[in-house]
Amino acid sequence: MDASRRRFIKLGAHAVFGGLFVYTLRGLVPPGSPSTASARGDTAYDQYRPTDHEWAFIVDSTKCIGCGRCARACKQENNVPMEPSCNRTWVERYRITREDVVLVDSPDGGINGFPSDGSSGEGGGSNSSLTRNAPAKPQARKREEEVVKSFFVPKLCNQCERPPCVQVCPVGATYKTLDGVVLVNQKRCIGCRYCIQACPYGARYLVPDAEVTPTGQKHVADKCTWCYHRITRGLLPACVEACPVGARTFGDLRDPDSAVRRILDEHRIDVLKPDLGTRPRVKYIGLDEAVV
Amino acid sequence: MDGYLYPNEAEVQWSLLIVLYPFITGLVAGAFVVSSLYHVFNIKALKPVAGLSLLTALSFLLVAPLPLQAHLGRPERAFEIFLTPNWTSAMAGFGFIWAMYTMLVIAEVWLVFRPDIIHYAHTTTGLKRLAYRVASLGVLEMTEQGRRADERLIKVLATAGIPAACVLHGYVGFLFGSIKANPWWSTPLMPVIFLMSAIVSGISLLILTYVVVSVLRGKPIDHACVQSLARWMLGFLLVDLALEGLELLSMFYEGEDTWPAVQRLISERLMVSYVGIQAILGSLVPLAILLVLAIPGPVPGKGWLYTFRDVTATRLTALAALLVMVGVFAMRWNVVIGGQLVSKSMRGISSYTPPLGGREGVLAALVFFMLPFYIFAIVTRLIPPWDRPGPGHGEPPPQPPEPDPSPFPVTTHFGLQGSGWEQEAGE
Repeated sequence: MDASRRRFIKLGAHAVFGGLFVYTLRGLVPPGSPSTASARGDTAYDQYRPTDHEWAFIVDSTKCIGCGRCARACKQENNVPMEPSCNRTWVERYRITREDVVLVDSPDGGINGFPSDGSSGEGGGSNSSLTRNAPAKPQARKREEEVVKSFFVPKLCNQCERPPCVQVCPVGATYKTLDGVVLVNQKRCIGCRYCIQACPYGARYLVPDAEVTPTGQKHVADKCTWCYHRITRGLLPACVEACPVGARTFGDLRDPDSAVRRILDEHRIDVLKPDLGTRPRVKYIGLDEAVV
Repeated sequence: MDGYLYPNEAEVQWSLLIVLYPFITGLVAGAFVVSSLYHVFNIKALKPVAGLSLLTALSFLLVAPLPLQAHLGRPERAFEIFLTPNWTSAMAGFGFIWAMYTMLVIAEVWLVFRPDIIHYAHTTTGLKRLAYRVASLGVLEMTEQGRRADERLIKVLATAGIPAACVLHGYVGFLFGSIKANPWWSTPLMPVIFLMSAIVSGISLLILTYVVVSVLRGKPIDHACVQSLARWMLGFLLVDLALEGLELLSMFYEGEDTWPAVQRLISERLMVSYVGIQAILGSLVPLAILLVLAIPGPVPGKGWLYTFRDVTATRLTALAALLVMVGVFAMRWNVVIGGQLVSKSMRGISSYTPPLGGREGVLAALVFFMLPFYIFAIVTRLIPPWDRPGPGHGEPPPQPPEPDPSPFPVTTHFGLQGSGWEQEAGE
């Protein structure tokens, strides 16, 4: 090997390893800057230590009356676009007929409650926000009249312990916090929508054209954060606060006296789609076989 | 929309462009495999398409990331995939795999066409001469030693390119197959199915390109080459169909709670695109054509059912190739769009019609699909893979004479006749 060749290889090696070094340095810089909160003198937020908490959310489906105040409060609190296809939380209505037909709907995510005339029921049960102009089939209407069981199920991001959305995000924009909440760094999100595909619960949406997130981002993924901006300041999520019947309970599992701890100790609970192995942190009381 | 969809599912997130993307990478992988059949396995019958297949692969490869890029909500952040990749994401691998594979293909193209570039650097004038001189990287003589070194390198790259092509496309299959939330996608067979259909579509693209280019240039078609391609296509098509059939069969037979939703998807939404176009028009019809054409009979030079004239055989093969391409495109559509039509509530089904205009519309997709052909036209003008200057350039080391160029030479080995294997075995 002659000298010039050796020099060339050496130079190349330096370039490669130098590049790798700079590349790894980038990973050490934390995303976003927490300094804005301190600058505002936000002491509650400053004192918040994620390692001291393990948040849990319990939905008592038997209590829900389908008023939709939770969904409305969420849209207001989190600047969620008013489009029916953008929901951080929503309420589903299940109606089971004498013939065991399951009718499910969630008109506009249940934000305006549920019509009692059954105008949103069609075929196997439809989302009226998607079939606004579709008249109910006469046959469906007939079946619907024989509803024998009916209940509401509030839905939100399950903040899975093993979140598929975090696994598939190509740039690490979606991540799990130490206190058990899954968040989206919307300054990193590239809008590929792989996370929306991977979420088994339909909890995510892409911020539509002409809308922005509270952080001013367009065309990025968004979802429920359990009102992270509130819970890190000692407040409850907006939906929990808005629920008039106490169907939603939120708290810290690290606190032995918390309501969530007590409910988990006293009740038999369920999660959605347990067979997928996502280990949801949203626990349910009173789920039914029909709930998906 | 029928039944119940989760409220956030009102829109199909991955549009026509995401259908186009695996279709394009599939063509790349398939075309590259053909070039490697020649450069690695010395399938001499494929010589007329060896250079062509490399340039085809390159043309499509350069376009592959564009539909993805155009589909991103924030295209300006696309580079983040390189800078802050999340290694548990299948998608994060794309940039790296694509970049690596592109470098490999460019290197192989350069080595294969280096004698031509040097030749043109001497025979052209002006700007063109400068371009060729730059492309030659300053080496303007082709020594015997250099040629042998090139051939070894080509062999190495063509060999490494096979697993790389498999990764490039198998990865796309994994990207869908690993989504447990989606019953229509979630299967470990997905990467293999994608790969097999990719190779099938790549071979059919080459058949069409070769036939069309030959006709346009007014040159005779090497019918033996077309028939060899037809046999390879038949082989891969059979494997592909077997896997896809098995996939559907086991979903049906196991009858998990997601099956009714899948059944509904097929019967209410995909009757035309899945059963009609993908299964019948794009698979069974070409399969029938290829079975009659490409299986040799006991008598040399005769088919087992019917003996076609060379021209007829080539025409039929081209027809089969066209149908296969349509079928594979339908397959990509059925996977990408079909999978998104099933609500994750398993209680409903949505619908999707691509818009004509807009960033993700039919016209945009057409532009993206035409782009590789323009690139191909430019590249083949600079380094034509036909009428190559000088003898023996960019070929593997000399081999024994080619087998009988008739479409159905004397062999009983399915898929290998006229392929050079028989000579290898005899040595």
